[in-house]
Amino acid sequence: MASPSTSALSSAGGGSPTGFLRRWLPWILLIAAALILPSVLPPFRLNLLGRFLSLGIVALGIDLIWGFTGMLSLGQGIFFALGGYALGMHLQLTSLQPGQLPEFFGLYGVKELPAFWQPFNSAVFTFFCLWILPALVAGVLGFLVFRNRIKGVYFSILTQAALLVFFNFFNGQQKLINGTNGLKTDTARIFGALVGSDAMQRNLFWVTLLLVVLSWLLCRWLTRGRFGDALIAIRDDEPRLRFTGYNPTAYKTLVFAIAGAMAGVSGALYTVQSGIISPQYMAVPFSIEMVIWVAVGGRGTLIGAILGAVVINYAKSLISEQLPETWLFIQGGLFLLVVTALPDGLVGWWTQGGPARILAMVGIAPLAPTYPEIDFDPAVQAEAETVQSDASPGGSV
Amino acid sequence: MTLLYDTLFNGLAIGSVLVLAALGLAVVFGLMGVINMAHGELMMLGAYSTFVVQNLCKNGPLEALFPIYILIAIPVAFLVSGLAGLLLEKTVIRRLYGRPLETLLATWGVSLILQQLVRSVSSAFFLGLLLTVALGLLAPRITPATWWKQRWTPLLGTGSWVIAGGVGIALASVLGEVRKLDQPWFSARNLDVTAPLWLRDSLDLGGVTMPTARLFILALTALALIGVSWFLQKSVWGLRIRAVTQNRPMSDCLGIPTEKVDALTFLVGSGLAGVAGVAVTLLGSVGPNLGGNYIVDCFMVVVLGGVGKLLGTVVAALGIGVLSYVIGSGSLLLVWPAMPAGLNEVVTFFATTSMAKVMVFALVVVFLQFRPAGLFPPKGRLVEA
Repeated sequence: MASPSTSALSSAGGGSPTGFLRRWLPWILLIAAALILPSVLPPFRLNLLGRFLSLGIVALGIDLIWGFTGMLSLGQGIFFALGGYALGMHLQLTSLQPGQLPEFFGLYGVKELPAFWQPFNSAVFTFFCLWILPALVAGVLGFLVFRNRIKGVYFSILTQAALLVFFNFFNGQQKLINGTNGLKTDTARIFGALVGSDAMQRNLFWVTLLLVVLSWLLCRWLTRGRFGDALIAIRDDEPRLRFTGYNPTAYKTLVFAIAGAMAGVSGALYTVQSGIISPQYMAVPFSIEMVIWVAVGGRGTLIGAILGAVVINYAKSLISEQLPETWLFIQGGLFLLVVTALPDGLVGWWTQGGPARILAMVGIAPLAPTYPEIDFDPAVQAEAETVQSDASPGGSV
Repeated sequence: MTLLYDTLFNGLAIGSVLVLAALGLAVVFGLMGVINMAHGELMMLGAYSTFVVQNLCKNGPLEALFPIYILIAIPVAFLVSGLAGLLLEKTVIRRLYGRPLETLLATWGVSLILQQLVRSVSSAFFLGLLLTVALGLLAPRITPATWWKQRWTPLLGTGSWVIAGGVGIALASVLGEVRKLDQPWFSARNLDVTAPLWLRDSLDLGGVTMPTARLFILALTALALIGVSWFLQKSVWGLRIRAVTQNRPMSDCLGIPTEKVDALTFLVGSGLAGVAGVAVTLLGSVGPNLGGNYIVDCFMVVVLGGVGKLLGTVVAALGIGVLSYVIGSGSLLLVWPAMPAGLNEVVTFFATTSMAKVMVFALVVVFLQFRPAGLFPPKGRLVEA
């Protein structure tokens, strides 16, 4: 867009008011949304907001593995749905009289609770299961893939295939987990209150908000310091990291498992707020959508992942209500736009002086001063050339 | 013995569709390292072209051609999908070379747009779209040239397209008032393509009944394979494609026009998707979601077959086809009725089409543990990028 000498880059978050705004505006928006909206929105909209906030957690996980570690997983739906199913199964069981079976079992002539349902009678087990189980599955899957140094597009395709495997399995097993119909959680009771009631949904909203903040803190802690440096090194140059004596497989497996656990938590929260868990959560398009939330928000910026998830989903629900047939066009356009024009997403664009560049283009804002000689410095030019040749096709697959 | 033939034939039939569908994907992936998520939608375009050709031949001046309309549909579908692919390459993929993950996301976006496009395209919609494209392309011509040398020119470029889009939408909604123009061409419903009589027949070969449609697909696949391997091995452009596949910078140095090679490869790969679309119409109805049913299977074929070898694609696709059929039909039980009860239960458990897919994909992942580069990995050592 703008030539280097007209770019308005300056250090983010400086003392000036614009610098302050540049750094903190996404936060201000998010906090304002979280504090004001619950008292303004009707219960239905609040419930939607809560759902979308819970999707922010899975987006944070994707940001960890994609934005920081450079692994594009198209199968986060597996872990999302596993978390949802763990909680869904528990809720199915809690609302029963002793000796009763969940209703759907009757339809398929199942007389006895399958063995793997038994532990979900326990709330404590469920609480741990809903994030440890996805983490374990992610860890095993990740280890098998990373051990063979399968990466890049191959990794993406394999995660997608794994997603399809899980989808087919859950979709086909009526006798075990009610197949396509999924498990309803609306009419179940949690802590003595109906899950679908307005009061309960409001509480769930606050729980979601708390967990989003906690996950953000976790991700921030992970991405700062040595662990985060190792992740970024894997993204930028994995062989070099390996030759320095690190074992990328361990790091990748660990971070994939963490992202899986976050997806599980997110899925559980989403399930109780939307009232059902079904294999549709493992559908191929949904998992790719998750990636686009992160891309639109800004990959490599944690706040961007949350913002992207909330904003895109809210826009989706609003647009789908009004003009259902346009949503796919808009979504497809978003994929194209983000990839070609906004590689750092909205938050990246905002913090890296995007608005100032636009103002400078129409001549309103003054061009930020830069050192003209930088553009003519031979070292800088040489670097720009190597960057270009690295980005040439066929260079890396 | 009949069972063996039967299994083999059905497995081959499933596999041959996969070969056809994955062939284009494999060629493109081998050359450019680009995974085209819109490949399934290019197949869908091919299938819809078949539908259109069928309608033209069904009741119109071309009625005499109805028995062979499917043969006409093949080149038509090749052209439609190929040109769509070429457009995709020129507008989107070209900007993203060397960023395979971003390409994957962008092509997914294109696939969403294509799906919705066939659902909602009507005459009004089409005219609006045409006006948008025309205005957007003509904008630099009809505005003063000095506007395009300013600081705000990038904004003007974006803005002119936004305005063009607005005008197009306005036109489409005005025309949409006219009932006749508002009729969707295809709508979201699934459409049925009626095969000509000779493709609804079946042949009796050595005690095995074979539907001619399946045989036709087998023949089409064989022809496509021969054509592609001739093109890659014998023609000048095939030689260039192979050169670029092996070493892009070196080919570029030696004067091979790599950009043209990329565009051509994409055209051929997408065209093959169109041909696969024709074949698919013989197996089921045509709908906007048609592509999604095949795309992940195609990816598995490409991953399993390895990069840059047609043979790998063929073996992988046929292997997956035969295996899916054997597992999905539970024919192991027929061969070996006296198997132990535990094993029997397992075989029965996986004896549905979707569960067979679970098993096959799991096997592919296990296989990749031993041969991470697929069935036919490139010889020699490669520097890891």
